Amino acid sequence: MKLKKDEFAMNYGNSHGDGKELTPDEIRRLKRLARKKTMRMDGAGWAFVICNTIFLVIFTVVTLYPVLNTVAYSFNDGLDALKGGIYLWPRKFSLESFKTVLNIYGFVTGAKITVLRTVIGTLTSLLANALLAFVISRKRFLFRSSLSLFWIITMYVNGGMIPVVVLYKYLGLTGSFWVYVIPGMISAFNVMVLRTYMEDLPDELEESAQLDGAGYITIFVKIISPLCKPVYATIALFVAVWQWNSWFDAMLYNRLKPEYTTLQYELMKLMSSVSHQSGNAGSHATQAAESAQVTSVSVRSAASVVTMVPIICVYPFLQRYFVTGLTIGGVKG
Amino acid sequence: MTNDADQNVNVENPTEFESATDYTEQTAENGETVVVVESPAQSTVSDEALKAMAKKKKISKGEIKRQAVLLIFSFIFVVYGIVFYYLPLGGWIMAFQHFKLRKNFFDSLFNAKWVWFKKFQFMFEFDVLTRAVEETGSVFKALKTWVDNAMFIRTLRNTLGMGILNLVSTFVMAIVFAILLNEVKNKLGKKLVQTISYLPHFLSWIIVTAIIRDTLSNTGIINDILRAFHIIQQGDSYNFFMHPGWFWPIVAISNVWKETGWNAIIYLAAITAIDPCLYEAADIDGAGRFAKMRYITLPGIAPTIIILLVMNIGNVLNAGFEIQYLLGNGIVQKVSQTIDIYVLEWGISKSDYSLGTAAGMFKSAVSILLIVISNKIVKKTGHGSLF
Repeated sequence: MKLKKDEFAMNYGNSHGDGKELTPDEIRRLKRLARKKTMRMDGAGWAFVICNTIFLVIFTVVTLYPVLNTVAYSFNDGLDALKGGIYLWPRKFSLESFKTVLNIYGFVTGAKITVLRTVIGTLTSLLANALLAFVISRKRFLFRSSLSLFWIITMYVNGGMIPVVVLYKYLGLTGSFWVYVIPGMISAFNVMVLRTYMEDLPDELEESAQLDGAGYITIFVKIISPLCKPVYATIALFVAVWQWNSWFDAMLYNRLKPEYTTLQYELMKLMSSVSHQSGNAGSHATQAAESAQVTSVSVRSAASVVTMVPIICVYPFLQRYFVTGLTIGGVKG
Repeated sequence: MTNDADQNVNVENPTEFESATDYTEQTAENGETVVVVESPAQSTVSDEALKAMAKKKKISKGEIKRQAVLLIFSFIFVVYGIVFYYLPLGGWIMAFQHFKLRKNFFDSLFNAKWVWFKKFQFMFEFDVLTRAVEETGSVFKALKTWVDNAMFIRTLRNTLGMGILNLVSTFVMAIVFAILLNEVKNKLGKKLVQTISYLPHFLSWIIVTAIIRDTLSNTGIINDILRAFHIIQQGDSYNFFMHPGWFWPIVAISNVWKETGWNAIIYLAAITAIDPCLYEAADIDGAGRFAKMRYITLPGIAPTIIILLVMNIGNVLNAGFEIQYLLGNGIVQKVSQTIDIYVLEWGISKSDYSLGTAAGMFKSAVSILLIVISNKIVKKTGHGSLF
């Protein structure tokens, strides 16, 4: 709403008419008054707040419902679930689907490998990225700009899938656990986020440590790293989520090695067998396909739940870390 | 004119003087060109001296000794980078060969048959285009035939089409969501909505595609709603995955569902960085809510939007793999297959490494071109740039 002209003159013009400036106190009081006037909601203001609230509620429901629905299906009896009509709560409670999932051999192996790759991958990747960022962020380092350019180029140019597959084959990475850890260890984007953070730390820290005779390793371990804990947490989170959710590398490099399967890849195999059946069901619906699907609907949901629970439990508590990380990365590119 | 400057500055050689001097041409009112010579101030000289001193200090022996450890680390990182990022670029040679895997890497690379551009010819199927032009006489009709018949061209269209659709829809949704969420005054509600909005980002595409399939299945909520509003008959259901027309919208909506909250983080941070004085001033001028959004919030986050847009335009071609691979089926494959799926199908399943490399190489080249072009455009508009 608009302030009327005479009101504005009354509030902000010089009421004494003697050309004297208003005191800061007076200005503050008048500003508060003006804000109160605009803050007081008229019809349009209320309409906006209501519409906005409705929009955000719908947004939240649309975001949350499919996930909750999956959870509801996973706790429902497999045969009963086929009838549909399950929304937010299981109709016929059963833990059978979870038992089935945990009895799939690949699933247990996959869970072990996924935990292992997430832990090892995150630790090594964090160490490598931090060390590289530390080297690039040393202002007096001779090859600072060339090294940083060397890595920035990798952000924009990549060889593509096939040369990489061929390379890993010759390096002996195909068919091993290390294909999950070593190739993705350094990501230029993460290095740039870390570098930006490290460059913002005061130079005096390093200088005074050097005067005390500290080498670069000591400076990295004892001075820089403790100050970088928040951004380390951010990078660790990014890498851990990426490791946990990867499936394509398992399919591409370790398809023939069931001992190195991952949780997501097992999930994918489960899903694709179902989608294959339902795809066929459209053209020639057979009893066999139907009965194969009976177990799958809620088993599939249970498998999804098992796979997503660890991350869902952790991410709300790490919010401020990924917010900082994204802000640094987004602003500096 | 140089004489004037010479008197001001003490310069030993003329070339250095030229580089250190700024010539500015100004057109005077009477049309004559006046050359203004700005002589470098005394302080720049001393600055240079300082810099030279710093340079000398940099290469001192003690410093090199101290930096040895940094050099060792750099060496390791460069070796790692060359092996995992630059060697695959060298692998592009394979695109011009008929590459076959043999025991020895060098044997397979150097003894491969050179086919030069045969793989690219096979990929683009230009003969289909030329024949179609001859037959139909119209370039547009011929292009349509080309897209319909040449698999790679079709995957290129699908990748670009879905990429652009996803880019636009996720961008618009994230910005709208950030601006609207920013208007919420209730702190707890805001936090709750935001926390929930991140959730889908942390789910893998496997789970997301399973969720999309469940939601659109005959027992899913969408078909329930359609039945409730009598859009389809009771006991009937609409199978979205049997209709190619639905595939692109489904992919776009899935992307919006997964990434809106996550992408909004940066915009929300950018909005908080806007000077609150601007809003106060607008309040005093009597600006309404929409006026403030339009004239303060949106311009305030415009630089962020533009930088992210440039970054994402280069990724348009990279965005087309997981969801298309997981959601696609035989019926929709004409609209669902992307370049990456083409690479996977030819390069891995059919073991034609050279063809797969050629397709990947084309994709990389187009990506770089897109980044450079969009970066140029942004530079021209004066909103900053990536490089």
